[in-house]
Amino acid sequence: MTRIKFQQSLDELKERLLVMAGLVEQAIQRATEAYSSRDEGLCEMVLLSEPAINRMEGEIDQLALDLLAMEQPMAVDLRFILSVIRINADLERVGDQAVNIANRVQDLGTLANAELPVDIPKLAGLAGAMVRKALQAFIEGDAEMAQSVLLLDDQVDDMNRDAFRALGNLIKQQPDLATQALNALIISRNLERVGDHATNIAEDVIFWVRGADVRHHNSVSEE
Amino acid sequence: MGVGIQVEHLNAWYGKTQSLWDIGLHIPANHATALIGPSGCGKSTFVRCLNRMHETNPTARAEGTVRIGDVDIYKDASPVEIRRRIGMVFQRPNPFPTMSIYDNVASGLKLNGFRKRRVLDEVVERSLKQSALWDEVKDDLKKKSGASLSGGQQQRLCIARALAVDPEVLLMDEPASALDPVSTSKIEDLIFNLKSQYTIVIVTHNMQQAARVAENTGFFLMGKLVEFDKTHKIFTNPSDKRTEDYITGRFG
Repeated sequence: MTRIKFQQSLDELKERLLVMAGLVEQAIQRATEAYSSRDEGLCEMVLLSEPAINRMEGEIDQLALDLLAMEQPMAVDLRFILSVIRINADLERVGDQAVNIANRVQDLGTLANAELPVDIPKLAGLAGAMVRKALQAFIEGDAEMAQSVLLLDDQVDDMNRDAFRALGNLIKQQPDLATQALNALIISRNLERVGDHATNIAEDVIFWVRGADVRHHNSVSEE
Repeated sequence: MGVGIQVEHLNAWYGKTQSLWDIGLHIPANHATALIGPSGCGKSTFVRCLNRMHETNPTARAEGTVRIGDVDIYKDASPVEIRRRIGMVFQRPNPFPTMSIYDNVASGLKLNGFRKRRVLDEVVERSLKQSALWDEVKDDLKKKSGASLSGGQQQRLCIARALAVDPEVLLMDEPASALDPVSTSKIEDLIFNLKSQYTIVIVTHNMQQAARVAENTGFFLMGKLVEFDKTHKIFTNPSDKRTEDYITGRFG
C-alpha cells in the first residue's frame, strides 16, 4: 500500500459521511414516527438535529476540498471524492425534508384529528428504504445494488401522485379538512423528494464505481 | 503544420535487453500527446525512436514502423533529415554555453547552410517569439550567452532553437521537470500555443501536467504501452487496472 496518509483521509471522509447519513436517517425516521404518533417531542428532536447535520455537511465539504487541493486525486479517487461531495449535499437536503415534515406534523398537532386518504408511513418506509439501500451500496461500493434503488423511485412517485389525487378530492368534498389535507400533501411531497435524493445518491455510487454517469437517463458518460 | 505519427509493431533493444515491446499507436497531428509511466518504463526510449536518436547509442537498435506523415523514417529517410523534421527538447536545458542567444537559435540553420543575415534575423526573431522569450532577450541577443539565462529561459531558448529549423513534430522529454512553477507554466502555455502549428509529444512524470496540456495520453509500463486514450478518460476512468494503480499513486 502506498499513499498511506491519503488513503487514511479517504477512509475518514467515508466515515464522516456515514456518521452524517446516520443522523439524517434518524431524522427522517423520527419525523415519520412523529406523524403517526403526533409526538411533539420527536418533532423537537428532528429540529434540533438540523444544525448538527448542517455543520457536518460543512466539515465534509472542507475535508473533500482539502483532499482535492492537497492530494490531486485521479481516476477512482477523484470520482469517489466528487461522489462524496454530491452525496453530502443530498443528505443535507434529506435532513431539510425531515425538518419540513416535522414542521407539518407540528401544524397537524394543532388541528382536529382526521382520517386522511394517504398512507404516509408506507410512503416513508419506501423512501427510507431507498436511502438505506443507496447508503448500503455506498458502503459496499456496489453499483448493482445502487442500480436497484433507481427502480424503487417510480413506486414512490406513484404513491405521491395517488396522494395528490386523493387529498385533492378530499379538499373538494370536505373543505373543513383542507388544512389537514394540505399538510399531508406537503409531507407526501417531502417524502417523494427524499426518494429523489436517494436516487441521486445511488447514481453517485454508480458514477464512483463504474465511472458512468447515469443521471438524467444518460446510460453511460464514457466516450 | 504538424503531421500525424503512426507507430506499428515497434520493438527496441539496448544490447540484448529488449526495452520496447510491440508498440502501436497513432499520434494525431497538431495535438499534444503525453507519455507517462514509471522510470525505466520505456517512454523516453519510445520518443527517441521517433527521431532515430535511439540508434545513436552503439548497442541500441529498433525494429518496426514509424511513419511521420507519409515517410517511414526507418526506410525512407536519413537520420539527419528526420531530426530536422522532428525537433527535440530535453529535461535539462542544454544551450550551447559559449554561443550568444542569437547564435544558439540560428545554429541549426547555419549547420544546414543558411548564411543570409536577413533570413537568419527573421527566423531568430520568429522562433524566440514563438517560444515566448523574445521580449525578455531582444536587447541582448548578441551580447549575452545562452548560459547566462535563467533555467526557464534556457529551456525556452532550446525550444526556440528546435523551432528555428521549422520542424513538424516537437518531442519534449520532461521539458519542465527542472523548472520552477512559473517557468513550468510558461512551458505549458507554449505547448498550448504551439500545437496549432506542430505535433507535440511530451514525456512527463508530472501527471497533472499531462492532464493539463495533452489531448491524448499513453501509459507505458515495463516497455509496453498499457493504455492509450483521451487524456480525460485516462485520468478520470482508465480502462486498465495498472493505469489506475499508477495514476492514483498505488503503484508498487
